[in-house]
Order: sequence, then structure tokens, then C-alpha cells
Amino acid sequence: MTITADESRTYGYADLPGLMSLMTGDEKHGPAATSTLDVLWVLYDRVLRVTPELRDDPARDRFLLSKGHGPMAYYAVLAAKGFVPVDWLPGFGSYDSPLGHHPDRVLVPGAEIGSGSLGHGLPIAVGSALGLRAQGLHDPAVWVLIGDAELDEGSNHEAIAFAGPAGLDRLHTIVVDNSSASHALPGGIAARFEAAGWSAVTVDGRDHEALYDAFTAPHPGRPHVVVARVEPKNA
Amino acid sequence: MDTMRDRFAPVVSRLLDEDPRLAVVLAEIGKDGFREAMARHPDRVVNVGIREQLLVGAAAGLALTGLRPVVHTFASFLVERPFEQVKLDLGHQDTGAVLVSAAASFDWPAGGYTHMAPGDVALLDTLDGWTVHVPGHPDEAETLLHHAVAAGDDKVYVRLSVQSNRQGRVIDGRRFRTVREGRRGVVLAVGPVLDPVLAATEGLDVTVLYATTVRPFDAAGLRRATESAGTDVVLVEPYLAGTSTAAVTEALADVPHRVLGLGVGRRELRRYGTIEEHMAAHGLDPAALRDRIGRFAAPTRRAG
Repeated sequence: MTITADESRTYGYADLPGLMSLMTGDEKHGPAATSTLDVLWVLYDRVLRVTPELRDDPARDRFLLSKGHGPMAYYAVLAAKGFVPVDWLPGFGSYDSPLGHHPDRVLVPGAEIGSGSLGHGLPIAVGSALGLRAQGLHDPAVWVLIGDAELDEGSNHEAIAFAGPAGLDRLHTIVVDNSSASHALPGGIAARFEAAGWSAVTVDGRDHEALYDAFTAPHPGRPHVVVARVEPKNA
Repeated sequence: MDTMRDRFAPVVSRLLDEDPRLAVVLAEIGKDGFREAMARHPDRVVNVGIREQLLVGAAAGLALTGLRPVVHTFASFLVERPFEQVKLDLGHQDTGAVLVSAAASFDWPAGGYTHMAPGDVALLDTLDGWTVHVPGHPDEAETLLHHAVAAGDDKVYVRLSVQSNRQGRVIDGRRFRTVREGRRGVVLAVGPVLDPVLAATEGLDVTVLYATTVRPFDAAGLRRATESAGTDVVLVEPYLAGTSTAAVTEALADVPHRVLGLGVGRRELRRYGTIEEHMAAHGLDPAALRDRIGRFAAPTRRAG
């Protein structure tokens, strides 16, 4: 099948399953791929101040996809928003494609980091927030998306424990919780962040209005985490 | 005499005043030296606490926003503990930093093996694109720190040690220096082992090259030295023995050659004591070096 990219066309949420099917050849997608879909859409459609034209602007918002496995929803949203051509999608994972099963920032326009190995995104996001602050760029927000099982990585706990006391209020973490951690955090995910001085909200990860409200909730002086609950991975 | 590490905080603090792009990231170790700099530049001197994965990850994030991070702690905690962060957050993200280590192979022998990192350079050798500076004197450390900070967004490792040669030499951050010329082999001394090597080779007819930058490896400089001294090469490195053997072999791939790699042994010594005792135990004191280099340079020939 040949897909012709039409730059004049705009894509909406309803187009995402079709875009994802270009990568999978299937309308049914793995849970790792779809768990992030609504979170990503709300962010890119309504929250993040970044466009293909602004992707090298020092004052842009940063979105770091730390949970790099199952990136089809991410690629679909990047294609829908014009960061990557739609006709790249069918080549997903092939030798000549820039779109791997884990994203590479060097190859994918708009991808702020390459990811795949768990536990790297949040520490890098902490450094990005520090770097923007050090350059007087107090407006851009830094967002990082991790999975609930990815939280098991100790590197994330180093970052959580530092970012709260450091008052990194331009840092935002989204934990997509599909109950995939073998040993869930006692007391819940949000409590772990709150104990480190973060602002925390837990919402239905499929509810676009609830996500938007959680993403835009004020959190002066503190970093902010949104725990987005979706259906369990193994349900 | 002060140590290389004594120069680190003052030199980098001055650079922080001059270069708005510079940032320092620490994990508790070494923070006292940056107390004044931290007061002057609170956003560009960051102590993340005892969190070495965050140390390197945060440095990568700083670099992604356009800053030039200088990252410092003991070599064990800078290169070995967060090695995947070094590999992915700096290498795979295509960003850079200056990693400055202390404690070297056995600067604190009484501290034991937890605070020794003789394998740091060999470990970085599994990665692409790292510049590795191994100064042999505090003056050289100062020079190489300036080179490292000024090296764009390159990935640079600076290995500081309390071991030092008596005098600093003029170095350019790239090439090997010829310290002595002979005709019966080349001895390449890296950083602080130059003095023991010069003592060991006194009266031997060998060329002594001095390296304070080992990656990239100055293959052309080594080849030039072999033109008059022959292709018997002895490496004397203050870290894991044989770390640069492959680089020598590559430099001399098209000519018959012999290589002897001397340095810190792989086997854990499980001894405390002094640096001098550890140098002797690894065969790196002048007497042991003279014996090993002498036997290599004049191999016994089999009868018949």
C-alpha cells in the first residue's frame, strides 16, 4: 500500500488508530503501544508548546518519552502533528526506517531523547529543567513520560528524591499506570512522589478532560506528577 | 606540591565565571571546593547528593539544553557505577560532557578496592568518541581541563591522580611527546608513570614517548618513533595493564611488531598500605619496570 503524505491535511484523535495500523498492519495493538495514546494526544494537542517549526527553539516545551518500548502511539501522534511524514509509518522497524521499535532522537524529528532502556528519561528531564533554569528560561516546561513498572528502576528514585527538594517546578512527570509492576509501590505511586515534595494527581488515563485538568493544574514551587491509570496490561 | 585534584575546583570555578555555558554537577564528593562558585552561580553548580545515575543523567539533560557540564566524583562512581548512563545518556543521545575523576587506580590504598578503578579507561574504550586525558602533573591537569572544557560538545574524560611526576611538561592535548630517543624499542609512558619509566630506562637504548592524551591514540606519533627505534613497543599505563595494546597493534598493523603491555594487574590485590607498595606489587616501580622492559628489549634466544 502506498501512502501519500498530504501536508495540507490535519489529523485528529479519530485518525490515530488508522495511523497506528500503518505500523502494525492491525487495528488491535499491544497494550504497551496503546496505554500512552490518550496521554500523548492530550499533551500534543492541547498542552505542549512545541510544533515542528519550533522543534529547535530553545524556549520550546520539552517532551521526553522515557517509556520507549511500544512507541507506535508516539509515532502516530508525531505524524498527526506533522513532526514526521505519515509515509514513514509503514516502514516501522525496517533497516532504512528512522522509526525503530525504540525511538532515537538522532533519527526522529521532534524526539527529544532516544529511549528504550528504562530509567533514563526522568534523570535527563531533571537535567533539562536545571539547564533551562540556569539559562533564565523559566517558561518552558519539561515533561517526561514513564511507565509504572519503569518506576522500579532506582535511577528514577534518585531523580524523584532530588527534584522535589530542588523545587524544579517546571518539571512534569506522567506515569502511565497499567499495573504492570510485579511489586507495586506500597501506598500507591502518587504517595511516593508526594513524600518527596511533588505535587501529584491521579486520573483516568483515558479521560481527555481529566488528563487536561491534571496536566494544567497549578503546582507552584514543586514538580508535578500525573498518574494516568489505564486498563491493566494483563487484563 | 599540590595535587591535580587541588587544581580542579579553582580552575573550573574560574571558568564558570568566564563561560556562561559551563555547569558543574557533583554527587557530594568534591563539593567543598565549589562552595564559593556555588554561591556565585547557584544554578550552574549542582550537587545532586549521593546519586550517581542521576549525576550523569542530569549532566546529559543539561547538555541537551545547550550547556557544557563538568561532572566529578571518584572514578568508581563516575564511570563504573553509572556506566549505562555514560553509554546511553551521553553516547546514544549524541551529547557530551567532561567527566573528571579522582582516586584513579589506587590513590587511597587504605580505602581498599571499593575506591579503586584501574579499569576505567578500558571500560570507556568499549564506547565510541571519547577523548581520554591522563595528566601526569598538576600543571598538565590544569592545561587538559582547559582543553576538555573548550572541546565543543565532545565527550571527554580527565583522569586526575594524586600520583605525579616531579615536573610538568609542555603538552598539547593531542600528541605524544618524545622525551628520550634510542634505537632498541619504544617505551610509551602514560601520565604519572613517566618518572618511574625514565628511572627504569636510564642507560637503556630506547625511545621514551610520553602520553597525556591516550584517546584518540596518537598512532602517527607512535609510528614515527618506531622508524628510528624499531617496532618493539612497551606500554606503561597507570591503569589496567594492556588497556592500549589494541591501539598499538592497530597503529602497527602492517609491520611486524611486538607489544608488551604493563600496568595495574587484573587480579584484586586485597592489600591496603601505600601507593608505593601498590606500585611495587603491580611491577610498576623502577626496579621491576627495568627488569621487565630490559628482558623484553633483549629477548633470550632459543638455542638451535
